[in-house]
Amino acid sequence: MKSASLPRVLPGFTLSLGYTISYLSLIVLIPLAAVFIKTSAMPLDAFWQAVTAPRVLASYRLSFGMALLAAAINSVFGLLLAWSLVRYRFPGKKLVDALVDLPFALPTAVAGIALTALYAGNGWIGRYLDPLGIKVAFGPLGVLVALVFIGLPFVVRTVQPVLEDLDTELEEAATCLGAHRWQTFRHVILPVLQPALMTGFALAFARAVGEYGSVIFIAGNIPMVSEITPLMIISKLEQYDYSGATAIASVMLVVSFLLLLAINGLQAWSARKRGQGPAVASGPRARPPEHSDRDSTSSTARERAQGNAAIGTRSRLAAEPRQGRSE
Amino acid sequence: MALHKLTVLATTLALLAGAAAPAFADVSLLNVSYDPTRELYQDFNTAFAKYWKTKTGETVTVKQSHGGSGKQARAVIDGLEADVVTLALGYDVDALNTEAKLIPPTWQKRLPNNASPYTSTIVFLVRKGNPKGIKDWNDLIKPGVEVVTPNPKTSGGARWNYLAAWGYALKQPGGSEAKAKDFVKQLFQHVKVLDSGARGATVTFTQRNIGDVLLAWENEAYLSTKELGPDKFDIVTPSVSILAEPPVSVVDKVVDKHGTRKVAEAYLQYLYSPAGQELAAQNYYRPRDPKVAAKYADKFSKVKLFTIDQVFGGWTKAQKVHFADGGVFDQIQAK
Amino acid sequence: MAATVSTLYSHHDRAALLESRQATRENPWVKGSILVAALSFFGVFLLLPLLVVFVEALAKGWGTYIDALTEPDARSAIWLTLGAAAISVPLNLVFGVAAAWAITRFEFRGKQLLITLIDLPFSVSPVVAGLVYVLVFSNHGWFGPWLSAHDIKIIFAIPGIVLATVFVTVPFIARELIPLMQAQGREEEEAAVVLGARGWQVFWHVTLPNIRWALLYGVILSNARAMGEFGAVSVVSGHIRGETNTLPLHVEILYNEYNFAAAFAVASLLALLALLTLVVKSWVEWRARRD
Repeated sequence: MKSASLPRVLPGFTLSLGYTISYLSLIVLIPLAAVFIKTSAMPLDAFWQAVTAPRVLASYRLSFGMALLAAAINSVFGLLLAWSLVRYRFPGKKLVDALVDLPFALPTAVAGIALTALYAGNGWIGRYLDPLGIKVAFGPLGVLVALVFIGLPFVVRTVQPVLEDLDTELEEAATCLGAHRWQTFRHVILPVLQPALMTGFALAFARAVGEYGSVIFIAGNIPMVSEITPLMIISKLEQYDYSGATAIASVMLVVSFLLLLAINGLQAWSARKRGQGPAVASGPRARPPEHSDRDSTSSTARERAQGNAAIGTRSRLAAEPRQGRSE
Repeated sequence: MALHKLTVLATTLALLAGAAAPAFADVSLLNVSYDPTRELYQDFNTAFAKYWKTKTGETVTVKQSHGGSGKQARAVIDGLEADVVTLALGYDVDALNTEAKLIPPTWQKRLPNNASPYTSTIVFLVRKGNPKGIKDWNDLIKPGVEVVTPNPKTSGGARWNYLAAWGYALKQPGGSEAKAKDFVKQLFQHVKVLDSGARGATVTFTQRNIGDVLLAWENEAYLSTKELGPDKFDIVTPSVSILAEPPVSVVDKVVDKHGTRKVAEAYLQYLYSPAGQELAAQNYYRPRDPKVAAKYADKFSKVKLFTIDQVFGGWTKAQKVHFADGGVFDQIQAK
Repeated sequence: MAATVSTLYSHHDRAALLESRQATRENPWVKGSILVAALSFFGVFLLLPLLVVFVEALAKGWGTYIDALTEPDARSAIWLTLGAAAISVPLNLVFGVAAAWAITRFEFRGKQLLITLIDLPFSVSPVVAGLVYVLVFSNHGWFGPWLSAHDIKIIFAIPGIVLATVFVTVPFIARELIPLMQAQGREEEEAAVVLGARGWQVFWHVTLPNIRWALLYGVILSNARAMGEFGAVSVVSGHIRGETNTLPLHVEILYNEYNFAAAFAVASLLALLALLTLVVKSWVEWRARRD
């Protein structure tokens, strides 16, 4: 596939790369650089004070803690959901499969008011939890619920394709060798799923850490208890404290960038683990012209799993039959 | 070719979107205000448009933006082109001068009554029948009482709440700064939800059934009982509270740029007119005009009011001592 | 041929196959528990929130519902939302195609870094995305004084909203195209060039037909995100009613005005948009598979 040795035949290198880099710089990189430039103008102790104030520290604990917990919950239930979608028949399956992507498509503000309406003390679900002394909305649990909602598709959509293309021969062999179902799952299936699961976990986590829209409606925003870090930025902005806001933003940016590197690393690891070379780009995802024997090949699984789940969507787009229509 | 076409398309769309921004008939004002004034200015803008039309023949459209008072001031400082601001407290209007020189430092002297055409105070909204028996400030820190107030860092109303509580504690027999601090600290330990604006807090209390008592603007409390049914809530007026003076100002830099000074000034003047005062009173703001005040006297309960100048030495000082980063509010929240 | 065979293996058939084999099925109790757990989770966390939007929207009847969507502020929010998406999606479409072309058709140093940078807006908090434009364009920002002197409004006006929307949707189309074009390789295009086709002809007649579904897919996703963005737009909007309120911001305003039925009515419009997105998405996937 690579033809690095050949001279460049295709036109448009300078134009396309130049445009890509200029556009990216103008829209994303230069504005983001503003955060660091503004931060670097702050005296070190002022910066330190801004990012380690007790309320800000509490918000890190909440944002990161709840994002981790939500990603963990999504890993368990996302796996179960992906498993059900691939392995079982049940009524309404197509609908469930399509609706899993809802959190990507539903605006976060809508999710926020809907979850609040459900989990408030007088809501559909809240009214049953309230007598038990469980308060979900307007507290840390509310944050968790919102983060579970927005992170749900990531794990399902990274695990599902791997599961779909899983080589069943291994399972057959394990069974023949006398393994129990659980043993087969634990020692044969889970290791194969592990990279996808971890990628899904990391994506759900990364998304949850920065989430704002759905959370502010349900969190109650009590200082030291249920304020998320993005809200601290807003709160600083509202107090004319630009440097404070920027300092916290720079911390969040560094974290986002590290998470992104971790996700890319995970995807490369997942590729290696599946016996493929390290991914160029993040690996092609779309499956080559489809073959009938899906049980015999698992290469497409890797491709789709690590293709870009960062968007969090899994398109099942096939590469179309190639009809070179060049005149 | 395709790329080019797409770029052209995008540019065209961009231009169209720009052009599609509504073109206004004659003149338009932007009034940047705080949370609970939505209903007041809805009424007032209609009345003013009618008045201005008969007076000058000009059609005026007033656009509104609402939010937490501090947040709104921030937006104006950052470039939100408000012709007039009608905010919750003097400090936020002052910031337009100190932070961005949008208005002269003497802004508060340009209109009568410290540039506050109406006043309000802080009262308690409790559940019907007042099940927790809340009568005064000290009842708020009884065990088991849950309090809802917005966040003093972002909401003007919440700063009035805080200062009212402080002033109450200070005025008790044997009251001192230390005791006041302790009282307010205890009070905020009873706070369950801290929304960023007054309206958010009201929604939390009334719609989401959180808490036993809402510290609210008087007008906000009356409005919510009116909107949501008097059978659900009672209003409790404490023995003493703070005189809240929400100020208004023309934003000089903006009106000069827009050429809207005349109409903007008339807009604010109209707030002081009998018609404007009537509307304020109907929306549960205490009018300044003695005649209108007398007419609506039975609408507002009698309460001993102290001013921020008397107890705290003005807004700038209060803001610095209590609400700045590391101030008293941060200290009491830290534990 | 390949296509017909592959359609035989729809998910249901595969699940049936797996359920029928001793080695790949669980005992009924395990299966039952997994299904119950998975579907309850789905019901509580996805279905109910969707349902509650529509129920609350119609809680006060159709009259209120229609009024909420047709009053002037709502109409202007609808137009602004459509307009912002209509500008940002084509911009990112051009960007996505250019980026994918550069990355998949040529070798150059720093490619991996470029890909990571394209991904960056995904992991940046929307609030930070809004903040950066405030830092650059507000009166206190880098270009603020200059813009203000030339009477150009960016922050608290439509351009700011468009910029914030563009920022959060930058990666969508590029990230759809890159893996696909990588998989397809560049032989076809190279052959076309060797046969004498010009650059744009190659793109138009060879590349575009091959990527059209992925392109459409990316457009749908970035459109959904563009219309629904809240955090970033909220920071730069200024919340002027009838002027700089997008639909999600309008939902927040109504919600804060005790106007729950209206807030949910507008929210239901956005939820319908989300459902439509999912339908079109499923359709695109189906078409792409069928081709």
